[in-house]
Amino acid sequence: MNETVPGSSNRPGTVASSRLARRRFERQQKRRSTLIALTSTLVVIGLLVTLIPQTPGWYKVKRSFFNGEVFSETFPRLLDAFVKDVQIFLWCAPCILVWGMMLALCRSVRTPALFPLRLFAAAYTDIFRGVPVILTILLIGFGVPGLGMDRPWNSPYLWGSVALVLTYSSYVAEVFRAGIESVHESQRAGARSLGLSSGQTLRFVVIPQAVRRVVPPLMNDLVSLQKDVALVSLIGPIEILRQAGIDKSKFANFTPYLGAAIIFLAITIPETRFVDHLMARERRRTSGTAIR
Amino acid sequence: MKRRYSVAVLAATALILAACGGDDSSSEATPSTEAAGGDCATIEEGKLTIGTGNPAYSPWVENDAPETGEGFEAAVAMAVAKELGYEGENVVWVRTNFDEAIQPGAKNFDFNLQQYSITPERAETISFSDPYYAGNQAILALAGSAAEGATTVADLVDVKLGAQAATTSLDFITNVIKPSNEPLVYDDNAGAKAALEAGQIDAIVVDLPTALYISAVEIEGSSVIGQFPASAGGTTDEFGMVFEKDNPLVACVNAALATLSENGSLAEFEKAWLSDNAGVPIISVG
Repeated sequence: MNETVPGSSNRPGTVASSRLARRRFERQQKRRSTLIALTSTLVVIGLLVTLIPQTPGWYKVKRSFFNGEVFSETFPRLLDAFVKDVQIFLWCAPCILVWGMMLALCRSVRTPALFPLRLFAAAYTDIFRGVPVILTILLIGFGVPGLGMDRPWNSPYLWGSVALVLTYSSYVAEVFRAGIESVHESQRAGARSLGLSSGQTLRFVVIPQAVRRVVPPLMNDLVSLQKDVALVSLIGPIEILRQAGIDKSKFANFTPYLGAAIIFLAITIPETRFVDHLMARERRRTSGTAIR
Repeated sequence: MKRRYSVAVLAATALILAACGGDDSSSEATPSTEAAGGDCATIEEGKLTIGTGNPAYSPWVENDAPETGEGFEAAVAMAVAKELGYEGENVVWVRTNFDEAIQPGAKNFDFNLQQYSITPERAETISFSDPYYAGNQAILALAGSAAEGATTVADLVDVKLGAQAATTSLDFITNVIKPSNEPLVYDDNAGAKAALEAGQIDAIVVDLPTALYISAVEIEGSSVIGQFPASAGGTTDEFGMVFEKDNPLVACVNAALATLSENGSLAEFEKAWLSDNAGVPIISVG
């Protein structure tokens, strides 16, 4: 897509004509590669479409994974159940951002007396980033309510969300820390020399720059969170993944999983495109003149 | 050069796809042993491969060791195997979870038993044997639970219920009890038991033999509040063995099950491995 346009001045004579020839050549090359890409895509799709239905198991797979009847019967239920995923996501995301930022700040403190804070933050990220999120959910979701709290404090929604927040805040803390560390030392020096305190420097100079830089990777983590919310179903709640599993067993048919995948895509693809957009904007913003 | 390479990759992909499409006969149709007048071929000639859960739970399989024939389903399976002429080393056990067993396509077992209730929906993708056990749904709770003393389903509407996902027990909750709180569901009964002990749910719905086993052995202070027999408007589930769809072996296994039922073996296994459920109160539906 990035067509390099040579300098803007238009000199007469041979230079201009050779440039024209070059452009023509590039256009030709581009058309040619588009044609090849198109043909190869068509050939591959054509092969898949003609060959897969010829496999001996295709009619069974079709009945089990692409069953229109099951799809239309289960899809509304899946949509209903997906509301829970969105809700869990919506209350987890702000907690994750706040707690992740606090962890990143803990890890970035430079006062020797506060070293234990750094140690805590480092240990925390090591542990929760290292343990698969599914295990954290199972351990916290079944373990903590077992301590004997009363309802609603032993709710699986609560402890499932806590597990997600614990895990994802460790990812997010690392993202924030990378952002904080990417702010050049001269920025701090400049702020301090203007008379800002260390806290003010962080608050008004470092963090604003850091956060802006890490928005794209942050969004990445949030998209990933949107999918991992489904794991909370392991400790009881009937959200979309569980609803799909229940319907799958009820009909002995895997089409509900396809329905669930479509619903997830309907949310995550716009999210991902949005991240792409942010990244492109960030690139334009930071790389000076854009090369288009 | 690069372009030629990509064409080669494309050709290779096509070849692989074609190869996948053509490979048909390898897993099927080994010479058959004739028994009960049907085609009783097994997936591995001379051996009978039986699937069960991982782990398999008491009282259906004792100590997660089905090959010993201890536990109700283990005993039934070994007896069926014997009727078909397979004994000792020729009976091979494999482990599957519920999902694997109902996936479309070829199976890695001849039949699978882990308390599969026979339902018409399931029967569209897999084949069932005749039932080898008929069990009621039952409800299990800790002492002092909101479910205690229930005599009709109406008493259970406000109780927070839990069940294993994808079971007829869960269907029973959603379709018959219709509770005011959404039930919580778990991958297996272990999750439901943990939630019961943690007080997240008031009661578990599960098949009666499992409920009796849990109350007697696994959770102290729990008891079976009642059962929901079909005679009182409830649900009696029939357990069947699961086969690949239209596997001719079903007829052979059904013949064996008929023999075991006639000569009283099935009743004997029930007596040996499943608790007597005569004393469990009946909860009426409706």
